[in-house]
Amino acid sequence: MNSRSLLLSPNPNSLKSRFTKGLLRALSIINKHRQQPRSSREIRRRHRLIKAAAYGSMASSVGNRRAWSRALLWKIRNQTRKGYAPTRNIGSSTRQLSMKKRICDLQKGNNSKDRVEVGGLGQVDKLRRLVPGGQVMDTCSLLEETAHYMKCLATQVKVMTRIVEVYNIP
Amino acid sequence: MSSRRSRQSSGSPSIKDDQIIELVSKLRQLVPEIRDRRSDKVSASKVLQETCSYIRNLHREVDDLSERLSQLLATIDADSAEAAIIRSLIMQ
Repeated sequence: MNSRSLLLSPNPNSLKSRFTKGLLRALSIINKHRQQPRSSREIRRRHRLIKAAAYGSMASSVGNRRAWSRALLWKIRNQTRKGYAPTRNIGSSTRQLSMKKRICDLQKGNNSKDRVEVGGLGQVDKLRRLVPGGQVMDTCSLLEETAHYMKCLATQVKVMTRIVEVYNIP
Repeated sequence: MSSRRSRQSSGSPSIKDDQIIELVSKLRQLVPEIRDRRSDKVSASKVLQETCSYIRNLHREVDDLSERLSQLLATIDADSAEAAIIRSLIMQ
């Protein structure tokens, strides 16, 4: 039977299953609220909603266990509460920047070999900006969170690709 | 206070170095670019660089997939029955 080829996850409690369930639920909610005229603005709005649903259900599946998922959930909750107004983020980001500078100074002061080891703080800074919540982590935690974040992103892409394939069947 | 800090820094750097080396090698295993290249002499800076570009690629893919999903949702008359079908297919 064809469904066997679509088998992805035998464990109903795995991250993949939880994420899939959450995303599908969000998609059906988004679909129910769609308006009839298929304007491009409507599609763009749906695109934003679906992207938020993807990241949101991914973060919910991970829960509070990881710093990056906590940061992502916090950001999404703030966005929905204030309607995309970034005022709170501006205030906290300056605090985060000063904290980051302190962390960098500490790391620089601790051991110059450490700095060379991670190839200069330029790369680490770029990584900090990519991983949610990365601004306030020390380098070790950042690398750990990055590894987990990358795995979850790959799962997200796999599941969404599968969903698109299934929906593509006319 | 400063003496305490210097005492800390003399005690911890070896632990932190090893930790960071270990984490960087863990990252190296996860990033497909580096994992498939099969070279042992990849610097930490290169690993971080590839990690950043890999994460950016994944973000872009999620964006593209969301775009396609939004267009597909516009064309199909999906209801929760179809979602249940997909769920059973994927979850089995």
